[in-house]
Parts: sequence; C-alpha cells; structure tokens
Amino acid sequence: MIFLEFEKPLEELYDQLARIQEIGSKGDVDVSATVDSLEKKIKQTRRDIYSSLNGWQRVQVSRHPERPYTQYYIENMCRKFVELHGDRAYGDDKAIIGGLGTLDGQTVMLIGHQKGINTKMRQYRNFGMANPEGYRKALRLMKTAERFDIPVVCLIDTPGAYPGIEAEERGQAEAIARNLFEMAQLKVPIICIVIGEGASGGALGIGIGDRVLMLENTWYSVISPESCSSILWRSWEHKEKAAEALQLTANHMLEFGIVDGIIKEPGGAAHLQPEEMAKQLKRRIKKELAEIKEMDVDTMIDARIEKFAAIGEFQEA
Amino acid sequence: MGWFKRLREGIQTSTRNKMEAPDGLWYKCKSCKETTRTKEMKEQFWVCPHCDYHVRIGSGAYFEIFFDAEPTYLFEELQSKDFLKFTDLKGYDERLEAAQKKTNLTDAISVAHGKVNKRDLVICAMDFSFIGGSMGSVMGERISRAIDYCIEQNVPLMVISKSGGARMMESAFSLMQMAKTSAKLTRLAKAKIPYFSFLTDPTTGGVTASFAMLGDMNFSEPGALIGFAGPRVIKETIKRDLPEGFQTSEFLLDHGFLDFIVHRRDLKERMSDILFMFDKASQAEEAA
Repeated sequence: MIFLEFEKPLEELYDQLARIQEIGSKGDVDVSATVDSLEKKIKQTRRDIYSSLNGWQRVQVSRHPERPYTQYYIENMCRKFVELHGDRAYGDDKAIIGGLGTLDGQTVMLIGHQKGINTKMRQYRNFGMANPEGYRKALRLMKTAERFDIPVVCLIDTPGAYPGIEAEERGQAEAIARNLFEMAQLKVPIICIVIGEGASGGALGIGIGDRVLMLENTWYSVISPESCSSILWRSWEHKEKAAEALQLTANHMLEFGIVDGIIKEPGGAAHLQPEEMAKQLKRRIKKELAEIKEMDVDTMIDARIEKFAAIGEFQEA
Repeated sequence: MGWFKRLREGIQTSTRNKMEAPDGLWYKCKSCKETTRTKEMKEQFWVCPHCDYHVRIGSGAYFEIFFDAEPTYLFEELQSKDFLKFTDLKGYDERLEAAQKKTNLTDAISVAHGKVNKRDLVICAMDFSFIGGSMGSVMGERISRAIDYCIEQNVPLMVISKSGGARMMESAFSLMQMAKTSAKLTRLAKAKIPYFSFLTDPTTGGVTASFAMLGDMNFSEPGALIGFAGPRVIKETIKRDLPEGFQTSEFLLDHGFLDFIVHRRDLKERMSDILFMFDKASQAEEAA
C-alpha cells in the first residue's frame, strides 16, 4: 500500500494492525477484538482525512499511483471492447486510447487519456501527455461514432498536452483547436468525465460535451499548480499556494458552473475501491446518456454551445 | 593640427550618465540595433528599414493600418474583475488596475468595426502590453459578442492574436474561454461568414490552441513566434536546444499551419483583395 504524506496517521494504524495480526497468527492470544477496533479506527480516520482534503491534497490523490486509469474503467464497465488505433495521418498515440465498447448492451465510443501503470508503461504512455496525433485519433473516432449515431464518452486524465519539438511541428495547437470546434457541433451525445488530472488544453482537447463531470478527487485547471507556482511565484516551492489560488477542485468547478456534476469516490478515493468506482461511473454515464437522448439533435448542440458560451465572469460598466 | 587632443582612449561616459535618446525621436531596432527616426518608423508601419524586423505594435496601430477611418469600438463596457481574489506576488485586481493605467485600454483585446477600402470588417485585436495579451473572461466574451454581431450584421471577422495564452489569474474560467470561442465559431461558420485569423508576434498557449488556429485563413507577419507550448517550456522538457527558426511564422507556414505570411506594408491591400473575393455583391458590380 502506498501512503501519501497526509495519510501518515493511516500508515501508523496499518502498521499497528499488521503487528497485531502477526501476534494473532502465532495463535497464543485472541486479538480479534483489537483487530476489529483498529479496523474501525482506520475507517474513521480515512473518512476524516478524505472529507477535508485541501486543493493540493486532492491533486496528490488524483495522481495516486494506484488510481484507476481509463483502461481499467473500460475493462470493468464494458463487456465487449474493441480498441481502435491511429489517426490515419501520422501514427498511433499511446497517450490517448479509444474504441467501441458496450455498456450493458449499449454501444458507446470510449476515448481517454491513458497513463502507464509501471515505470516502463509510464514511458510508453508518455505519462498521459498526448501528441497531436492523439487528439486527431480522438476526433477520427468521434466522427466515426457520429456517422453511426453512437454516443461518445471521454475520460480525461492528463498532466497536459506534450510540449515537444515534434508536437509543435505536427500542430499541437491546431489539433486541440480542431477538436474544440468539432466537438462543439458533433451530432451525437458527448459525456466527458475528469477521472484524474484535468490540466489545461490537453484536457480540454477531449473535454467538450453535453455533460462534463468530475470524480470527487480530481482537478481541472488552466495550468498545473507546479507550473503556476514557477511562473507566478518564480519558484516550484509554492505549489500548495498555487493550488489554493487556482481553486481547481471538483467542488470549485461545480460551484463555478464549469462542470455539471461530481461523482463520489467510494470509500473516499477511487483507488480504495476501484471496482465499485467503475460500477458507479457506468451507472452515471448510462443515466446521463438517457437524459441527453431525450433531446433532438439540434437542441442538444445548441444547448452544448450555449453551456460553454455562458462561462465567464466579468462586469458590465 | 587639431584644436583638441584626446587624452584618454575609449568612451569614458558611464552607461548610467549617458543621455537617453528621447522616446519620440529615434527608434533603436531590437534585432539589428540600427537606429531610425521615429517619424520614419511610423511611415514604415513600425518595420525596421534596415532589417525588416516587424516591431510589436498594439491594437490601435493595427486599426490604423487596416481601417480607412476611425472605426467604431464595440463592447468596451465589458471589464475584467478579480472574482477569485487571486493573489500571487501581487493581487489580480492590482494587476488589472496597473495594466489599465499603463495602457489606457480596458482589456487585452479591443473590438472595432470599420471599413477596409470601403468594405466592412470587424477586427478583434490584442495588446501584449496588457498582462501579456492574456485571455480571460472579457476576451472570451468580446470575441463571443463580436461573432454574434458579425452574424447579425453579415460582416466578416478578423482576430489579430498577440498573446502569451490564458490568464492564469482566472484559472479554469480562462481555460474555458478556449471552449467558448471555438464553440461560438461553429455558428459563424454555419452562417457562412468568413473568419480570418491573423497571428502576430507572439501567439502561444490557449489562444493558439483555440480560435487562432481555426481561421478560414490563418496568416502571419514575418518572424512572428507562434506555438502551443512556449520555447522555454519545451526546452526544459526535452533538455536540449531548439532548432533555429523553430516556432516562427516561416516554420508554421512550412509545416502547413499558415496560409501565407504577409509583410506589414502589404497587409491592407492583401486583406482588401481577400474581402473582395468573399464579397459576391462587389464581384457582380465589377463584372457588370
């Protein structure tokens, strides 16, 4: 088990539990009562910790190494899934995956950022940072879905679009811009869910939908707290302050009207009960899809455009 | 034999005591370091006559270049506010106030409706001097309203981008302006109203990754920096030097993301030609 810095009290309790269980396993003493009370204490402590996380702590949870990624959700939500590769122009980006899947018999096009589950895979997936071909693959799949009246589900989890030489050569900016433009007028329902990190244009590039939802411990921002700290405070040290100033948590986003809903993470964090998390995610997607499908296509697109057009805070002097 | 004799070699005046050339009189080129009379620079549209370097200019200067006469400014009543109480080393409200004072502008983008060789055009032009031309809610709303206005009045739209990207002090709201403007542009496209994106030095970040790359035509001036990620960020990520000419307008043209590069002195004529080609009424008139 991996503990984050603010989970220290939990780590100590787990240590105690392990020691007691070891004593118990030697068979001399009955430890069941102590184990019970410790387990209760762990549950309570976890609840306490997770119910009052600050911005920076949620950023850490969103990056927890055991947190489920797109592929996990697809495998757990879909009985059938066919992964589809490539943008048909340059190559196949490994940081964005996509394909046709079934949610209790209903076909959907699933697209999402994919991070690696170990060091080797993290490199293979480029840490979830897509290149232009990733965004173009995503758009190609959406266009396919549109042709066959299949709804689109996007799972967002990226520290940002990749800032590299080749990415610029192949038009990172154009690829993201094109997706914003095309997703705004796609003729099938789109549901976007931030399942981990929602950093900047790299997240938004698959983030235009009729519903934009966030898991409880995720964040959405124009810039990561670290980069914000380095630019505005001119040092990496102020990431906690930056996280607070950016007001980037799911609760903030809902309050601002930037997202349409929050999906609770069972047990406090998605990585604690990932199967249950996947179940709830699926339930929510199905519910939202059913609602959107009530609308006719033109009304749906108009509402989608109006939703984003309404975002902004200013005064009229 | 001279009247004066130099006793000590070299220049003795320290930099601190050197006389500054008055701002209004001479202009020293950032690129070739040659000096030119300000009056001449103005006549040359702020392009260095020695090396062709295009000096960064503001919205007012571009309006002067394109429009036949003083245009009508639109949506000036929209003002930014510090709704998140965002404070880094300085408060956002302080930054806004300082920027407005310094630039005499209401925000980093100005919208104006005027005529280019007698043809209507709405231009949204950015000012880098206003918090780096950063995109906040006001920029998004002004562009959004300009789009509505162009559809209503059936007038083509041009956006002159000059921006470091999204305005961090408006957090996710600034990010969402990318979505907002791009979504609204679908309506302009549906109404078959031409949209011209003119990317000037520098255009990076969220501005490039939204409306700036979505023009029916994308064009730029020579030597402009245009990119998604800033050069410093890329350098830090890949940990090696960037190739020469990387992320210049010439680089973008070469990689297929610009339609053309145009010298500043030809801007108005080029735009005028294009507006004619999209204007069926003028064409019929000329054919008759």
